[in-house]
Amino acid sequence: MKSSSSRAFEGALAIGPRNGDAPEGPGRREAAAAEAHRAIEAIWRIESARLIAGLARVVGEIGTAEELAQDALVAALEQWPAEGVPERPAAWLMGTAKHRAIDLIRRRKTLERKHEEIGREVERAQKSLDLDAIGEEVEDDLLGLIFTACHPVLSKDARVALTLRVLGGLTTEEIARGFLVPVSTIAQRIVRAKRTLAVAHVRFEIPGGAERVARLASVLEVIYLIFNEGYSATAGKDWVRPALCEEALRLGRILAELVPTEPEVQGIVALMEIQASRLGARVGPSGEPVLLLDQDRTRWDRLLIRRGLAALERAERLGGALGPYALQAAIAACHARATTAAETDWPRIVALYDAVAQLAPSPVVELNRAVAVGMAFGPAAGLELVDALVDEPTLKSYHLLPAVRGDLLRKLGRSEEARAEFERAAALTENGQERELLQRRAAECAAERMAG
Amino acid sequence: MRKFKSEETEMRVLIMAKEGDQSEAATPPTPEAMAEYQKFNEELIKAGVVLEAGRLYPSSQSKRVRFDGKKRTVIDGPFAETKELVAGYWLWQVRSIDEALEWLKRAPYDGGTFEIREILEFEGI
Repeated sequence: MKSSSSRAFEGALAIGPRNGDAPEGPGRREAAAAEAHRAIEAIWRIESARLIAGLARVVGEIGTAEELAQDALVAALEQWPAEGVPERPAAWLMGTAKHRAIDLIRRRKTLERKHEEIGREVERAQKSLDLDAIGEEVEDDLLGLIFTACHPVLSKDARVALTLRVLGGLTTEEIARGFLVPVSTIAQRIVRAKRTLAVAHVRFEIPGGAERVARLASVLEVIYLIFNEGYSATAGKDWVRPALCEEALRLGRILAELVPTEPEVQGIVALMEIQASRLGARVGPSGEPVLLLDQDRTRWDRLLIRRGLAALERAERLGGALGPYALQAAIAACHARATTAAETDWPRIVALYDAVAQLAPSPVVELNRAVAVGMAFGPAAGLELVDALVDEPTLKSYHLLPAVRGDLLRKLGRSEEARAEFERAAALTENGQERELLQRRAAECAAERMAG
Repeated sequence: MRKFKSEETEMRVLIMAKEGDQSEAATPPTPEAMAEYQKFNEELIKAGVVLEAGRLYPSSQSKRVRFDGKKRTVIDGPFAETKELVAGYWLWQVRSIDEALEWLKRAPYDGGTFEIREILEFEGI
């Protein structure tokens, strides 16, 4: 059931004609079918997470829920092109999926003969067949789905793939394209993730108390991983992949509405909105990276900056000390508020990095702090901090360490050392556009040396 | 810059609410209609679709500037062509026009015309 239905879905969406111009005669029916396919694709995008979430509450786990939702989708793909899109497509999908859920539970009951437990499940399933009752609980269901897809029992890669699949409504192919890996890799990750959730007996629920804090951290980590992969692609030839950023932003915005009182959720949304405001300015005319201080700030998206600053304000209003995401958002806000690079409040950024380093110490944060210190208090002060990181094992193959070091050395007039650092950085990065930028820097240093 | 805006990135669309006579009416909508609208708007926000939304004053409180070469003519409202007057707007972030269409069809309106326009993104200069 599972593999054939997901194939049907992806195939249908992949080959669905996108051209709306209807030719005369027999082509007209095809055009109507194409229109129905486009509508189904859009409805799936809107409804799939809620559908899977609602089903997961009924059947207790998301693997089966996703398969049932896919079955409903396949039914829609079979029926709607011929019969037309129903008046209430969401209710149609939910109704179809729930009937199948009840069938499935009955079948399991006969097979397994676990009378009491399954009996309750059937009862629960039948109760929630009352479609009008769907409403209040949708939000809890969605939150449960987010927490389950991002469960710490799963590897980071698995959490990311499963989240994009069940919450983003993306096909396996779309996820694979986003992360530049083969489709089979993502398909396997998702299958394995579902199996892991099943064998670990992960219940579909919203965690409470101390567990909630840790689980929420796992959710935020997944969202930011997705965003970052789009914002500074670790591999491939493109410097940014905005589709992933948009996906992460949408997830963040949804989460912020589901749990409006969590400051770190507002913080991560603020961080992503402000960073995304620079996406257009971050790429030059031929796809090359343009670094923050070199960007044309008139091209920053003011709407996203405004939304980001508003989210940061909400995080601050919620009270308490800012968490790591809100602090990073506050740093991003410093840049957003500066009309020119020269106006940047670097001492404030250093202070904010000090706070991040206390809360979430990591060599990468230290490196960023060193950059800010270099800007606020001079390159020598920055270099001192970077030099302390040179033997850090986790940064051994991190290209930004030699890149930052090269930058500071260059400012100190030590061109030859700077050139060597840029070359080292170029050799370490896996992103093609970034490599070119670093090689250009190295060449500039070599030229400076000749001139000096 | 074509490269940046690939087929898989999302789009922004402007929804213009042309509510006909309703847009010029000084009478506010009924509380029931208002509640229904708010419920729909909330659903959109919770789906992460809405970037921005707003309502406009009637055209009696608005002005137009007509350009003709170097000449500028200011025209005071109200304006006659009520069918074309925009009474409110939304800015949505969606994956496709079809997604916007599916959302819009669910809106709790019983009159007027709503227009979906994709925002042109200038990438690179």
